[in-house]
Amino acid sequence: MNPSRSTRIALYIYGVVTIAFLYLPLVSVGFASISKARYLSFPIKRYSTKWYGDALQSDTVRDLLFTSLKVAVIVTIISMVVAFFGALAFARYHWRYRTLFQKLILLPIFFPQTVLGLALLMWFNSVGIIPTWKTAIVAHLVWIAPIATLIVAIRAYSFDPALEEAARDMGAGTWTIFREITLPLLMPGIVSAGLFAFLLSWGNFPLSLFTTGADSTLPEWLYAKMVSGYSPLVPTLGVMSVVGSFLLILLAFSIAWLVRSVRESRAAENG
Amino acid sequence: MMERIDRKLGFLSALPLGIILVLSFLAPMVVVALFSIMPPKVFDLAHIPNFAAYSVFFDQGYYKSLLWSLGMALASTAILFVICWPLAYGMAKVFGRFSLILTIAVVMSLFVSENIRLFGWVLTLMKGGLFEGHLRALTGIGFDSPLYNTGIIIFGLVYVYLPFMLFPLAQGISMVPDDARQAAADLGATRWQILRQIDLPLAAPGIMVGSLLSFVLAAGALAESKILGGQAVIVIADDIETAFTFGQNWPLGAALSMILIVIIGGLAIFGVNRIDLDAIMGRKR
Repeated sequence: MNPSRSTRIALYIYGVVTIAFLYLPLVSVGFASISKARYLSFPIKRYSTKWYGDALQSDTVRDLLFTSLKVAVIVTIISMVVAFFGALAFARYHWRYRTLFQKLILLPIFFPQTVLGLALLMWFNSVGIIPTWKTAIVAHLVWIAPIATLIVAIRAYSFDPALEEAARDMGAGTWTIFREITLPLLMPGIVSAGLFAFLLSWGNFPLSLFTTGADSTLPEWLYAKMVSGYSPLVPTLGVMSVVGSFLLILLAFSIAWLVRSVRESRAAENG
Repeated sequence: MMERIDRKLGFLSALPLGIILVLSFLAPMVVVALFSIMPPKVFDLAHIPNFAAYSVFFDQGYYKSLLWSLGMALASTAILFVICWPLAYGMAKVFGRFSLILTIAVVMSLFVSENIRLFGWVLTLMKGGLFEGHLRALTGIGFDSPLYNTGIIIFGLVYVYLPFMLFPLAQGISMVPDDARQAAADLGATRWQILRQIDLPLAAPGIMVGSLLSFVLAAGALAESKILGGQAVIVIADDIETAFTFGQNWPLGAALSMILIVIIGGLAIFGVNRIDLDAIMGRKR
């Protein structure tokens, strides 16, 4: 019942076309960012890196990057901690409200983010909190912490509870077990959850839209410029944001690769 | 003994996330519900409740925006199902290593702000954009920009929510045992019969999760109609935003939100209740 050779080839081509389809708009943005003209029109006649220079010198851009970075870093740290415990409650322990908890976590992911942002705005207002970049952290967490939890939970499902039970039988306390067994076993999941959390927060627009108050993140600023007319800085900052994300992913992959090869060579030495 | 510890630790470790979700997900929902029954244009909850905001929904034609949103979400979900099925099948059954490459490529695209990606489509499709500009330079013949209409909004929804259909579908198809398909083929079933009687029913959990996710997210989407559609159609999320910003009418915005929340929340709870998370995510014991 294996598909014929021609079907297989067609499927591979379809896959490649899909990847091209997903990334085509970024190619346009990339070209636009190095076009010299103030008003973009293809084919591009003269290229220049002028807009990158402008962007790097602008105070506005520096503030935007700094706000986005602050939010993303704090969201990442909180998500990693919350996801570690959340995943244990989700996948590892048998407790009374586990299925209810699992469903509660899924709801925010299924929710339109713009509406969630507005709901938070009303909530902050009615308890007397003025929205700033700090409230945006809360907004991001509502959506990102559950996703991070699911990622760690996948890892938690695959671990053998007998390891913890054995440690307990040998007299280890709850904290010792957490530190010595559970945490190291879940670490790969926690790290990828952190990576996801950072990247999703860094690029998020709909949740920030209503919850940053007078502050502004990079995606928010880009959106404001997009709907109000063209600015040559939009493609430039777009590319900078994308390149930043991809560099981080590259860094993460190379660290993972390094850690693995160090471990393998150690294992080889120890025979 | 183990069980008692499990129960206590389970509860305690659910607490951090539980508190976040109660304080910043459930509580805001209650506030939205309360605001939606306040009289027009107030900014606090200390007023006598009425349902003025809900009657405006029918009187002033806001239901049209809702129907547009739901209609376009339905259309994009149907299109997504058709275009993702072969790819998901390939990922689950045909591609070996390429499956991983495809997964990484699709996930990485998710990390790029959807604004930037949609803006990229504007640059690609506009008059004087990547396509038209080059075509005109080569042949002297241009074409009208396909931007700023309903079709392009649906295109944008399909583009943005593709991963949310693709991954659940691939997961669903991978749960269809090869033996069942082989047996059907041995018994003389045609390709079409195998698809209809084996693949579709057995992959149903994945189909449901994928369709539900893409429908729900598309129904509340805003950026596609703003950036690609140039507001050719006003979607419900747009009305909600306007009521809060230019309209300065929070109760109206809250009532419109509530209507969307009830529809989407209903669908989400329906779906979430029908999936066995433990099975999908690979529980061992």
